[in-house]
Amino acid sequence: MPKTMLDIKKIRKDFPILNIKVNGKPLIYLDNAATSQKPRQVIGAMADFYQNYNSNIHRSIHKLGEEATLAYEKSHKKVADFINADFEEIVFTRGTTESINLLAYSLTQELNQGDEIIITQMEHHSNFVPWQQLAKKRNLKLKFIEIDGEGKLKLEQFSELLNKKTKIVSITHASNVLGTINPVEKIAKIVKEKSNAYFIVDGAQSVPHMPVDVKKMGCDFLAFSGHKMLGPTGIGVLYGKKELLERMQPFLYGGEMIKEVTFKDTKFNELPWKFEAGTMNIAEAIGLAAAVDYLGKIGMENVMRHGKELTNYCLRRLNEIKEVEIYGPKERSALVAFNVRNVHAHDTATILDGEGIAVRAGHHCAMPLHSVLGIPASARASFYLYNQKEEIDSLAEAIHKVIKVFK
Amino acid sequence: MSESLDPSYIGEGIYKENILDHYKHPHNQGQMKNADIKFTENNPLCGDVITVELKLSRNKIDDIKFMGRGCAISQSAMSMLSDELMGKTMQEAKSVTREKIVEMLGIEIGPVRTKCAT
Ligand SMILES: Cc1ncc(COP(=O)(O)O)c(C=O)c1O
Repeated sequence: MPKTMLDIKKIRKDFPILNIKVNGKPLIYLDNAATSQKPRQVIGAMADFYQNYNSNIHRSIHKLGEEATLAYEKSHKKVADFINADFEEIVFTRGTTESINLLAYSLTQELNQGDEIIITQMEHHSNFVPWQQLAKKRNLKLKFIEIDGEGKLKLEQFSELLNKKTKIVSITHASNVLGTINPVEKIAKIVKEKSNAYFIVDGAQSVPHMPVDVKKMGCDFLAFSGHKMLGPTGIGVLYGKKELLERMQPFLYGGEMIKEVTFKDTKFNELPWKFEAGTMNIAEAIGLAAAVDYLGKIGMENVMRHGKELTNYCLRRLNEIKEVEIYGPKERSALVAFNVRNVHAHDTATILDGEGIAVRAGHHCAMPLHSVLGIPASARASFYLYNQKEEIDSLAEAIHKVIKVFK
Repeated sequence: MSESLDPSYIGEGIYKENILDHYKHPHNQGQMKNADIKFTENNPLCGDVITVELKLSRNKIDDIKFMGRGCAISQSAMSMLSDELMGKTMQEAKSVTREKIVEMLGIEIGPVRTKCAT
Protein backbone atom coordinates (compact mmCIF):
# COMPACT_ATOMS: atom_id res chain seq x y z
CA MET A 1 0.00 0.00 0.00
CA PRO A 2 1.42 3.44 -0.87
CA LYS A 3 2.39 5.67 2.01
CA THR A 4 -0.11 8.34 2.87
CA MET A 5 0.34 11.64 1.06
CA LEU A 6 -0.95 13.70 3.95
CA ASP A 7 1.28 15.89 6.07
CA ILE A 8 -0.51 15.11 9.31
CA LYS A 9 1.63 17.37 11.48
CA LYS A 10 0.73 20.30 9.26
CA ILE A 11 -2.94 19.37 9.12
CA ARG A 12 -3.13 19.10 12.91
CA LYS A 13 -1.98 22.70 13.21
CA ASP A 14 -5.22 23.75 11.52
CA PHE A 15 -7.36 22.24 14.29
CA PRO A 16 -7.07 24.32 17.48
CA ILE A 17 -9.04 21.84 19.59
CA LEU A 18 -6.39 19.15 19.13
CA ASN A 19 -4.19 21.11 21.54
CA ILE A 20 -6.47 20.81 24.53
CA LYS A 21 -6.00 18.39 27.38
CA VAL A 22 -8.69 16.10 28.73
CA ASN A 23 -8.29 14.79 32.25
CA GLY A 24 -4.75 16.10 32.14
CA LYS A 25 -3.87 14.10 29.01
CA PRO A 26 -3.60 15.31 25.43
CA LEU A 27 -6.92 14.84 23.64
CA ILE A 28 -7.08 11.82 21.38
CA TYR A 29 -10.22 12.38 19.41
CA LEU A 30 -11.56 9.14 17.94
CA ASP A 31 -15.24 10.04 17.72
CA ASN A 32 -15.26 11.44 14.21
CA ALA A 33 -18.21 9.38 13.04
CA ALA A 34 -20.32 11.31 15.58
CA THR A 35 -18.92 14.66 14.53
CA SER A 36 -15.60 15.85 13.19
CA GLN A 37 -13.50 18.68 14.56
CA LYS A 38 -13.31 21.98 12.66
CA PRO A 39 -10.25 23.61 11.13
CA ARG A 40 -9.59 27.31 11.73
CA GLN A 41 -10.42 27.92 8.06
CA VAL A 42 -14.04 26.92 8.77
CA ILE A 43 -14.26 28.72 12.10
CA GLY A 44 -12.68 31.75 10.44
CA ALA A 45 -15.05 31.79 7.47
CA MET A 46 -18.03 31.85 9.82
CA ALA A 47 -16.52 34.53 12.04
CA ASP A 48 -15.74 36.58 8.91
CA PHE A 49 -19.39 36.39 7.88
CA TYR A 50 -20.65 37.57 11.26
CA GLN A 51 -18.01 40.27 11.60
CA ASN A 52 -17.99 41.63 8.08
CA TYR A 53 -21.11 40.88 6.04
CA ASN A 54 -23.82 39.43 8.28
CA SER A 55 -27.16 39.94 6.62
CA ASN A 56 -30.17 38.00 5.50
CA ILE A 57 -30.08 36.63 1.98
CA HIS A 58 -32.21 36.87 -1.15
CA ARG A 59 -34.37 39.64 0.34
CA SER A 60 -32.12 42.47 1.35
CA ILE A 61 -31.42 45.05 -1.34
CA HIS A 62 -28.25 46.44 0.17
CA LYS A 63 -24.53 45.81 -0.02
CA LEU A 64 -24.34 43.37 2.87
CA GLY A 65 -27.38 41.47 1.68
CA GLU A 66 -25.82 41.13 -1.73
CA GLU A 67 -22.53 39.87 -0.36
CA ALA A 68 -24.25 37.36 1.93
CA THR A 69 -26.46 36.13 -0.92
CA LEU A 70 -23.47 35.64 -3.19
CA ALA A 71 -21.56 33.73 -0.52
CA TYR A 72 -24.58 31.56 0.27
CA GLU A 73 -25.16 30.70 -3.38
CA LYS A 74 -21.48 30.02 -3.88
CA SER A 75 -21.75 27.48 -1.06
CA HIS A 76 -24.39 25.60 -3.04
CA LYS A 77 -22.14 25.62 -6.06
CA LYS A 78 -19.11 24.36 -4.13
CA VAL A 79 -21.06 21.54 -2.54
CA ALA A 80 -22.53 20.66 -5.93
CA ASP A 81 -19.06 20.45 -7.50
CA PHE A 82 -17.84 18.36 -4.56
CA ILE A 83 -20.22 15.52 -5.46
CA ASN A 84 -20.47 16.23 -9.19
CA ALA A 85 -24.03 17.57 -9.09
CA ASP A 86 -25.61 20.71 -10.56
CA PHE A 87 -26.30 23.86 -8.58
CA GLU A 88 -30.10 23.41 -8.64
CA GLU A 89 -29.76 19.88 -7.30
CA ILE A 90 -28.34 20.92 -3.92
CA VAL A 91 -30.83 21.71 -1.16
CA PHE A 92 -29.48 22.80 2.20
CA THR A 93 -31.11 21.30 5.27
CA ARG A 94 -30.20 20.97 8.93
CA GLY A 95 -28.47 17.62 8.35
CA THR A 96 -28.91 14.10 7.10
CA THR A 97 -31.87 13.57 9.40
CA GLU A 98 -33.78 16.49 7.99
CA SER A 99 -32.84 15.57 4.41
CA ILE A 100 -34.28 12.10 4.84
CA ASN A 101 -37.39 13.40 6.58
CA LEU A 102 -37.92 15.81 3.72
CA LEU A 103 -37.80 12.89 1.30
CA ALA A 104 -39.97 10.68 3.48
CA TYR A 105 -42.73 13.26 3.80
CA SER A 106 -42.56 14.47 0.24
CA LEU A 107 -42.18 11.14 -1.58
CA THR A 108 -44.72 9.14 0.42
CA GLN A 109 -47.43 11.63 -0.54
CA GLU A 110 -47.57 10.02 -3.97
CA LEU A 111 -47.66 6.43 -2.69
CA ASN A 112 -50.71 4.22 -2.30
CA GLN A 113 -51.71 1.76 0.36
CA GLY A 114 -49.71 -1.45 -0.01
CA ASP A 115 -46.76 0.17 -1.78
CA GLU A 116 -43.41 -1.00 -0.52
CA ILE A 117 -40.30 0.63 0.89
CA ILE A 118 -37.01 -1.22 1.32
CA ILE A 119 -34.30 -0.26 3.80
CA THR A 120 -31.64 -2.38 5.53
CA GLN A 121 -31.02 -3.83 8.96
CA MET A 122 -27.96 -1.62 9.38
CA GLU A 123 -29.62 1.79 9.05
CA HIS A 124 -29.07 4.65 11.44
CA HIS A 125 -32.36 5.64 13.12
CA SER A 126 -32.53 8.68 10.85
CA ASN A 127 -32.92 6.41 7.81
CA PHE A 128 -35.15 4.04 9.71
CA VAL A 129 -37.69 5.78 11.94
CA PRO A 130 -39.04 8.21 9.28
CA TRP A 131 -39.85 5.32 6.94
CA GLN A 132 -41.23 3.16 9.73
CA GLN A 133 -43.55 5.88 11.00
CA LEU A 134 -44.75 7.01 7.59
CA ALA A 135 -45.30 3.41 6.55
CA LYS A 136 -47.55 2.98 9.59
CA LYS A 137 -49.45 6.15 8.93
CA ARG A 138 -49.96 5.52 5.22
CA ASN A 139 -50.34 1.73 5.30
CA LEU A 140 -47.17 1.09 3.36
CA LYS A 141 -45.05 -2.00 3.70
CA LEU A 142 -41.52 -1.64 5.07
CA LYS A 143 -39.03 -4.40 4.20
CA PHE A 144 -35.46 -4.95 5.33
CA ILE A 145 -32.38 -6.20 3.53
CA GLU A 146 -30.61 -8.50 5.96
CA ILE A 147 -26.93 -8.59 6.79
CA ASP A 148 -24.77 -11.69 6.69
CA GLY A 149 -22.40 -12.93 9.39
CA GLU A 150 -19.68 -10.57 8.21
CA GLY A 151 -21.92 -7.52 8.30
CA LYS A 152 -22.48 -7.17 4.56
CA LEU A 153 -25.85 -6.85 2.82
CA LYS A 154 -27.36 -10.02 1.40
CA LEU A 155 -27.86 -8.86 -2.15
CA GLU A 156 -29.60 -12.05 -3.33
CA GLN A 157 -32.23 -11.47 -0.67
CA PHE A 158 -32.55 -7.87 -1.84
CA SER A 159 -33.37 -9.02 -5.37
CA GLU A 160 -36.16 -11.15 -3.93
CA LEU A 161 -37.61 -8.26 -1.93
CA LEU A 162 -37.71 -5.99 -4.94
CA ASN A 163 -40.83 -5.96 -7.11
CA LYS A 164 -43.18 -3.69 -9.01
CA LYS A 165 -44.71 -2.48 -5.77
CA THR A 166 -41.38 -1.21 -4.47
CA LYS A 167 -41.50 2.57 -4.62
CA ILE A 168 -38.57 3.60 -2.45
CA VAL A 169 -35.21 1.98 -1.67
CA SER A 170 -33.15 3.83 0.93
CA ILE A 171 -29.75 2.52 1.95
CA THR A 172 -26.74 3.81 3.82
CA HIS A 173 -23.56 4.07 1.77
CA ALA A 174 -21.34 3.33 4.79
CA SER A 175 -22.56 1.85 8.07
CA ASN A 176 -21.82 3.97 11.12
CA VAL A 177 -21.36 0.83 13.25
CA LEU A 178 -20.02 -1.96 11.04
CA GLY A 179 -18.11 0.29 8.69
CA THR A 180 -19.48 -1.78 5.82
CA ILE A 181 -19.32 0.08 2.52
CA ASN A 182 -22.36 -0.96 0.55
CA PRO A 183 -22.03 -1.41 -3.23
CA VAL A 184 -24.40 1.44 -4.05
CA GLU A 185 -23.56 1.56 -7.75
CA LYS A 186 -24.51 -2.07 -8.10
CA ILE A 187 -27.63 -1.60 -5.98
CA ALA A 188 -28.67 1.37 -8.12
CA LYS A 189 -28.50 -0.85 -11.22
CA ILE A 190 -30.58 -3.58 -9.58
CA VAL A 191 -33.19 -1.06 -8.43
CA LYS A 192 -33.51 0.49 -11.87
CA GLU A 193 -33.66 -2.87 -13.65
CA LYS A 194 -36.29 -4.43 -11.44
CA SER A 195 -38.51 -1.55 -10.33
CA ASN A 196 -39.52 2.07 -10.74
CA ALA A 197 -38.43 2.86 -7.21
CA TYR A 198 -36.58 5.96 -6.10
CA PHE A 199 -33.09 5.11 -4.89
CA ILE A 200 -31.95 7.11 -1.86
CA VAL A 201 -28.45 6.93 -0.39
CA ASP A 202 -27.54 8.02 3.15
CA GLY A 203 -24.09 9.46 2.65
CA ALA A 204 -23.55 10.70 6.22
CA GLN A 205 -20.60 8.34 6.72
CA SER A 206 -19.29 8.19 3.16
CA VAL A 207 -19.19 11.73 1.76
CA PRO A 208 -16.74 12.88 4.50
CA HIS A 209 -14.37 10.00 3.82
CA MET A 210 -14.24 9.09 0.13
CA PRO A 211 -14.71 10.62 -3.30
CA VAL A 212 -18.44 10.56 -4.08
CA ASP A 213 -19.81 11.22 -7.55
CA VAL A 214 -23.60 11.14 -7.70
CA LYS A 215 -23.66 10.63 -11.45
CA LYS A 216 -21.42 7.60 -11.20
CA MET A 217 -23.30 6.29 -8.19
CA GLY A 218 -26.61 6.41 -10.06
CA CYS A 219 -28.68 7.40 -7.02
CA ASP A 220 -31.76 9.60 -7.22
CA PHE A 221 -31.09 11.28 -3.88
CA LEU A 222 -28.15 11.58 -1.51
CA ALA A 223 -28.26 12.93 2.06
CA PHE A 224 -25.31 14.02 4.19
CA SER A 225 -24.31 16.27 7.10
CA GLY A 226 -21.81 19.13 7.18
CA HIS A 227 -20.67 18.54 10.74
CA LYS A 228 -19.15 15.15 9.98
CA MET A 229 -16.96 16.61 7.23
CA LEU A 230 -15.17 19.45 9.03
CA GLY A 231 -18.17 21.79 8.69
CA PRO A 232 -20.40 23.25 11.38
CA THR A 233 -23.51 21.69 12.88
CA GLY A 234 -26.89 22.84 11.62
CA ILE A 235 -26.15 22.45 7.92
CA GLY A 236 -26.68 19.39 5.79
CA VAL A 237 -27.37 18.54 2.20
CA LEU A 238 -30.01 16.89 0.13
CA TYR A 239 -28.93 16.12 -3.41
CA GLY A 240 -31.74 15.20 -5.79
CA LYS A 241 -31.92 14.73 -9.55
CA LYS A 242 -33.28 17.93 -11.01
CA GLU A 243 -36.28 16.39 -12.75
CA LEU A 244 -37.31 14.65 -9.53
CA LEU A 245 -36.94 17.71 -7.29
CA GLU A 246 -38.98 19.68 -9.83
CA ARG A 247 -41.88 17.24 -9.55
CA MET A 248 -41.78 16.91 -5.77
CA GLN A 249 -43.95 18.71 -3.26
CA PRO A 250 -42.11 21.02 -0.86
CA PHE A 251 -41.72 19.79 2.69
CA LEU A 252 -41.72 23.11 4.54
CA TYR A 253 -43.87 26.05 3.53
CA GLY A 254 -43.14 29.68 4.31
CA GLY A 255 -40.97 32.59 3.30
CA GLU A 256 -38.43 32.46 0.47
CA MET A 257 -39.68 29.18 -0.97
CA ILE A 258 -42.37 31.00 -2.90
CA LYS A 259 -42.54 32.91 -6.14
CA GLU A 260 -45.95 34.45 -5.70
CA VAL A 261 -48.60 34.22 -3.03
CA THR A 262 -52.21 35.30 -3.46
CA PHE A 263 -55.18 34.77 -1.19
CA LYS A 264 -56.13 31.81 -3.34
CA ASP A 265 -52.88 29.99 -4.02
CA THR A 266 -49.07 29.99 -4.08
CA LYS A 267 -46.55 29.53 -6.85
CA PHE A 268 -43.42 27.92 -5.50
CA ASN A 269 -39.93 29.23 -6.10
CA GLU A 270 -37.51 27.59 -8.50
CA LEU A 271 -34.91 25.00 -7.50
CA PRO A 272 -33.27 24.70 -5.11
CA TRP A 273 -35.05 27.49 -3.16
CA LYS A 274 -38.40 25.71 -3.35
CA PHE A 275 -37.12 23.44 -0.58
CA GLU A 276 -35.41 26.09 1.54
CA ALA A 277 -38.19 27.75 3.51
CA GLY A 278 -37.49 30.51 6.01
CA THR A 279 -34.17 32.07 6.91
CA MET A 280 -31.54 29.42 6.41
CA ASN A 281 -28.36 28.76 8.39
CA ILE A 282 -26.30 31.20 6.36
CA ALA A 283 -23.09 31.23 8.41
CA GLU A 284 -23.20 27.44 8.54
CA ALA A 285 -23.56 27.19 4.76
CA ILE A 286 -20.52 29.44 4.40
CA GLY A 287 -18.69 27.27 6.93
CA LEU A 288 -19.58 24.16 4.97
CA ALA A 289 -18.18 25.72 1.79
CA ALA A 290 -14.90 26.36 3.64
CA ALA A 291 -14.88 22.72 4.77
CA VAL A 292 -15.42 21.52 1.21
CA ASP A 293 -12.58 23.79 0.07
CA TYR A 294 -10.33 22.33 2.75
CA LEU A 295 -11.14 18.72 1.83
CA GLY A 296 -10.84 19.54 -1.86
CA LYS A 297 -7.36 20.93 -1.39
CA ILE A 298 -6.22 17.81 0.43
CA GLY A 299 -8.01 15.55 -2.03
CA MET A 300 -10.63 12.97 -1.13
CA GLU A 301 -8.47 10.15 -2.51
CA ASN A 302 -5.84 11.08 0.07
CA VAL A 303 -8.40 11.40 2.86
CA MET A 304 -9.71 7.95 1.99
CA ARG A 305 -6.26 6.39 1.82
CA HIS A 306 -5.27 7.82 5.19
CA GLY A 307 -8.52 6.57 6.74
CA LYS A 308 -7.88 3.10 5.34
CA GLU A 309 -4.36 3.00 6.71
CA LEU A 310 -5.48 3.99 10.19
CA THR A 311 -8.41 1.58 10.13
CA ASN A 312 -6.29 -1.34 9.02
CA TYR A 313 -3.74 -0.50 11.67
CA CYS A 314 -6.46 -0.28 14.32
CA LEU A 315 -7.91 -3.63 13.25
CA ARG A 316 -4.46 -5.18 13.51
CA ARG A 317 -3.76 -3.74 16.96
CA LEU A 318 -7.17 -4.66 18.38
CA ASN A 319 -7.06 -8.13 16.87
CA GLU A 320 -3.92 -8.73 18.92
CA ILE A 321 -5.96 -8.34 22.11
CA LYS A 322 -7.83 -11.58 22.69
CA GLU A 323 -10.45 -9.98 24.96
CA VAL A 324 -11.59 -7.64 22.19
CA GLU A 325 -14.46 -8.52 19.89
CA ILE A 326 -14.70 -6.52 16.66
CA TYR A 327 -17.85 -6.08 14.56
CA GLY A 328 -18.06 -5.69 10.80
CA PRO A 329 -16.11 -6.75 7.71
CA LYS A 330 -12.39 -6.38 6.97
CA GLU A 331 -12.94 -3.93 4.13
CA ARG A 332 -14.57 -0.93 5.77
CA SER A 333 -14.78 2.82 6.20
CA ALA A 334 -12.76 4.66 8.82
CA LEU A 335 -14.23 3.21 11.99
CA VAL A 336 -14.02 0.18 14.25
CA ALA A 337 -16.81 -0.86 16.63
CA PHE A 338 -15.79 -3.29 19.35
CA ASN A 339 -16.41 -4.61 22.83
CA VAL A 340 -14.07 -5.79 25.54
CA ARG A 341 -15.33 -9.17 26.71
CA ASN A 342 -17.53 -8.94 29.81
CA VAL A 343 -17.21 -5.18 29.99
CA HIS A 344 -20.05 -2.83 29.09
CA ALA A 345 -19.17 -0.39 26.31
CA HIS A 346 -19.95 2.57 28.59
CA ASP A 347 -17.45 1.37 31.15
CA THR A 348 -14.87 0.96 28.40
CA ALA A 349 -15.52 4.48 27.13
CA THR A 350 -15.31 5.96 30.63
CA ILE A 351 -11.91 4.43 31.26
CA LEU A 352 -10.66 5.51 27.83
CA ASP A 353 -11.91 9.03 28.60
CA GLY A 354 -9.71 8.98 31.70
CA GLU A 355 -6.80 8.54 29.28
CA GLY A 356 -7.94 11.48 27.18
CA ILE A 357 -9.34 9.20 24.48
CA ALA A 358 -12.76 10.10 23.11
CA VAL A 359 -14.71 7.20 21.63
CA ARG A 360 -18.44 6.70 21.34
CA ALA A 361 -20.27 4.03 23.32
CA GLY A 362 -23.85 2.93 23.04
CA HIS A 363 -26.03 1.74 20.20
CA HIS A 364 -24.91 4.57 17.89
CA CYS A 365 -28.51 5.30 16.90
CA ALA A 366 -28.76 1.83 15.39
CA MET A 367 -30.77 -0.17 17.91
CA PRO A 368 -32.25 -2.60 15.38
CA LEU A 369 -28.74 -3.42 14.12
CA HIS A 370 -27.49 -4.04 17.65
CA SER A 371 -30.36 -6.43 18.22
CA VAL A 372 -29.30 -8.31 15.07
CA LEU A 373 -25.74 -8.40 16.41
CA GLY A 374 -27.12 -9.60 19.73
CA ILE A 375 -25.37 -6.96 21.84
CA PRO A 376 -26.83 -4.06 23.83
CA ALA A 377 -24.06 -1.64 22.97
CA SER A 378 -20.61 -1.25 21.49
CA ALA A 379 -17.67 1.10 21.71
CA ARG A 380 -16.55 2.77 18.50
CA ALA A 381 -13.30 4.38 17.45
CA SER A 382 -13.59 6.46 14.30
CA PHE A 383 -10.86 8.31 12.46
CA TYR A 384 -10.30 11.33 10.29
CA LEU A 385 -7.54 13.08 8.44
CA TYR A 386 -5.86 14.49 11.56
CA ASN A 387 -5.55 11.18 13.43
CA GLN A 388 -2.25 9.34 13.62
CA LYS A 389 -1.02 5.84 14.30
CA GLU A 390 0.41 6.82 17.70
CA GLU A 391 -3.14 7.58 18.83
CA ILE A 392 -4.20 4.05 17.98
CA ASP A 393 -1.26 2.74 20.00
CA SER A 394 -2.59 4.76 22.95
CA LEU A 395 -6.04 3.29 22.34
CA ALA A 396 -4.67 -0.25 22.47
CA GLU A 397 -2.77 0.55 25.64
CA ALA A 398 -5.86 2.02 27.29
CA ILE A 399 -7.89 -1.06 26.35
CA HIS A 400 -5.37 -3.13 28.31
CA LYS A 401 -6.14 -0.88 31.25
CA VAL A 402 -9.87 -1.60 30.84
CA ILE A 403 -9.12 -5.30 30.93
CA LYS A 404 -7.04 -4.85 34.10
CA VAL A 405 -9.72 -2.86 35.95
CA PHE A 406 -12.40 -5.46 35.24
CA LYS A 407 -10.32 -8.60 35.69
CA MET B 1 -10.83 25.81 26.87
CA SER B 2 -10.15 24.69 30.39
CA GLU B 3 -7.76 21.89 31.21
CA SER B 4 -10.43 19.32 31.79
CA LEU B 5 -13.91 19.30 30.33
CA ASP B 6 -15.77 18.11 33.41
CA PRO B 7 -13.96 17.83 36.71
CA SER B 8 -16.38 15.23 38.08
CA TYR B 9 -15.79 12.96 35.14
CA ILE B 10 -12.64 11.26 36.25
CA GLY B 11 -12.41 8.15 34.17
CA GLU B 12 -11.06 5.10 35.84
CA GLY B 13 -11.45 6.75 39.27
CA ILE B 14 -15.15 5.97 39.43
CA TYR B 15 -14.43 2.26 39.35
CA LYS B 16 -13.85 2.05 43.09
CA GLU B 17 -13.52 -1.29 44.74
CA ASN B 18 -17.02 -1.32 46.24
CA ILE B 19 -18.53 -0.70 42.83
CA LEU B 20 -16.49 -3.40 41.13
CA ASP B 21 -17.35 -5.77 44.00
CA HIS B 22 -21.05 -5.25 43.55
CA TYR B 23 -20.66 -5.48 39.77
CA LYS B 24 -18.79 -8.76 39.87
CA HIS B 25 -20.85 -10.25 42.69
CA PRO B 26 -24.25 -8.59 42.54
CA HIS B 27 -26.63 -8.97 45.46
CA ASN B 28 -30.20 -10.08 44.84
CA GLN B 29 -29.71 -10.82 41.19
CA GLY B 30 -32.12 -13.30 39.66
CA GLN B 31 -35.80 -13.94 39.29
CA MET B 32 -38.55 -14.98 41.68
CA LYS B 33 -41.73 -16.99 41.42
CA ASN B 34 -45.03 -15.12 41.77
CA ALA B 35 -43.72 -11.63 42.29
CA ASP B 36 -46.27 -9.08 43.51
CA ILE B 37 -44.79 -6.27 41.47
CA LYS B 38 -42.66 -6.48 38.38
CA PHE B 39 -41.41 -3.67 36.22
CA THR B 40 -38.83 -3.06 33.50
CA GLU B 41 -36.87 0.12 32.94
CA ASN B 42 -34.53 0.96 30.14
CA ASN B 43 -31.97 3.58 29.39
CA PRO B 44 -32.22 4.57 25.74
CA LEU B 45 -28.72 6.03 25.80
CA CYS B 46 -26.93 2.73 26.22
CA GLY B 47 -29.59 0.10 25.72
CA ASP B 48 -29.43 -1.07 29.32
CA VAL B 49 -32.50 -2.93 30.51
CA ILE B 50 -33.29 -3.88 34.08
CA THR B 51 -36.26 -5.86 35.33
CA VAL B 52 -37.05 -5.60 39.02
CA GLU B 53 -39.35 -7.95 40.92
CA LEU B 54 -40.74 -7.34 44.39
CA LYS B 55 -42.46 -9.59 46.85
CA LEU B 56 -44.54 -7.78 49.45
CA SER B 57 -45.89 -8.82 52.76
CA ARG B 58 -48.00 -6.34 54.69
CA ASN B 59 -46.78 -3.51 52.48
CA LYS B 60 -43.16 -4.29 53.29
CA ILE B 61 -40.63 -5.41 50.71
CA ASP B 62 -40.04 -9.00 51.64
CA ASP B 63 -37.84 -9.90 48.75
CA ILE B 64 -36.34 -8.11 45.79
CA LYS B 65 -34.66 -9.49 42.70
CA PHE B 66 -33.31 -7.82 39.61
CA MET B 67 -32.27 -9.07 36.20
CA GLY B 68 -30.77 -7.35 33.27
CA ARG B 69 -27.68 -6.13 31.60
CA GLY B 70 -25.90 -2.88 31.92
CA CYS B 71 -22.69 -1.10 32.74
CA ALA B 72 -20.86 -1.39 36.04
CA ILE B 73 -22.49 1.77 37.35
CA SER B 74 -26.06 0.68 36.69
CA GLN B 75 -25.51 -2.88 37.87
CA SER B 76 -23.72 -2.00 41.09
CA ALA B 77 -26.22 0.78 41.85
CA MET B 78 -29.03 -1.74 41.47
CA SER B 79 -27.23 -4.23 43.67
CA MET B 80 -26.70 -1.64 46.43
CA LEU B 81 -30.23 -0.33 46.05
CA SER B 82 -31.68 -3.80 46.43
CA ASP B 83 -29.89 -4.17 49.78
CA GLU B 84 -31.15 -0.77 50.83
CA LEU B 85 -34.77 -1.47 49.92
CA MET B 86 -35.06 -4.89 51.50
CA GLY B 87 -37.49 -4.76 54.43
CA LYS B 88 -38.61 -1.21 53.73
CA THR B 89 -42.24 -0.20 53.33
CA MET B 90 -43.37 0.97 49.91
CA GLN B 91 -43.64 4.47 51.36
CA GLU B 92 -40.04 4.41 52.50
CA ALA B 93 -38.90 2.91 49.24
CA LYS B 94 -40.47 5.72 47.26
CA SER B 95 -38.57 8.31 49.25
CA VAL B 96 -35.17 7.05 48.07
CA THR B 97 -33.92 9.87 45.90
CA ARG B 98 -31.45 10.16 43.10
CA GLU B 99 -29.07 11.93 45.50
CA LYS B 100 -29.29 9.05 47.94
CA ILE B 101 -28.30 6.56 45.25
CA VAL B 102 -25.35 8.63 44.13
CA GLU B 103 -24.30 8.93 47.79
CA MET B 104 -24.55 5.17 48.18
CA LEU B 105 -22.24 4.63 45.21
CA GLY B 106 -19.76 6.92 46.90
CA ILE B 107 -18.50 8.46 43.68
CA GLU B 108 -19.09 11.55 41.68
CA ILE B 109 -20.52 10.91 38.27
CA GLY B 110 -20.88 13.27 35.37
CA PRO B 111 -24.29 14.36 34.10
CA VAL B 112 -24.16 11.97 31.16
CA ARG B 113 -23.91 8.94 33.35
CA THR B 114 -26.20 9.89 36.23
CA LYS B 115 -28.88 8.09 34.26
CA CYS B 116 -26.92 4.85 34.60
CA ALA B 117 -27.15 5.00 38.37
CA THR B 118 -30.71 6.17 38.75
C1 LIG C 1 -25.18 6.65 8.72
C2 LIG C 1 -25.75 7.89 9.37
N1 LIG C 1 -26.89 8.39 8.90
C3 LIG C 1 -27.44 9.50 9.43
C4 LIG C 1 -26.86 10.17 10.48
C5 LIG C 1 -27.56 11.36 11.05
O1 LIG C 1 -26.86 12.53 10.85
P1 LIG C 1 -27.33 13.88 11.54
O2 LIG C 1 -27.44 13.61 13.00
O3 LIG C 1 -26.24 14.84 11.21
O4 LIG C 1 -28.63 14.26 10.94
C6 LIG C 1 -25.67 9.69 10.98
C7 LIG C 1 -25.01 10.39 12.09
O5 LIG C 1 -24.76 9.90 13.16
C8 LIG C 1 -25.11 8.52 10.43
O6 LIG C 1 -23.97 8.00 10.91
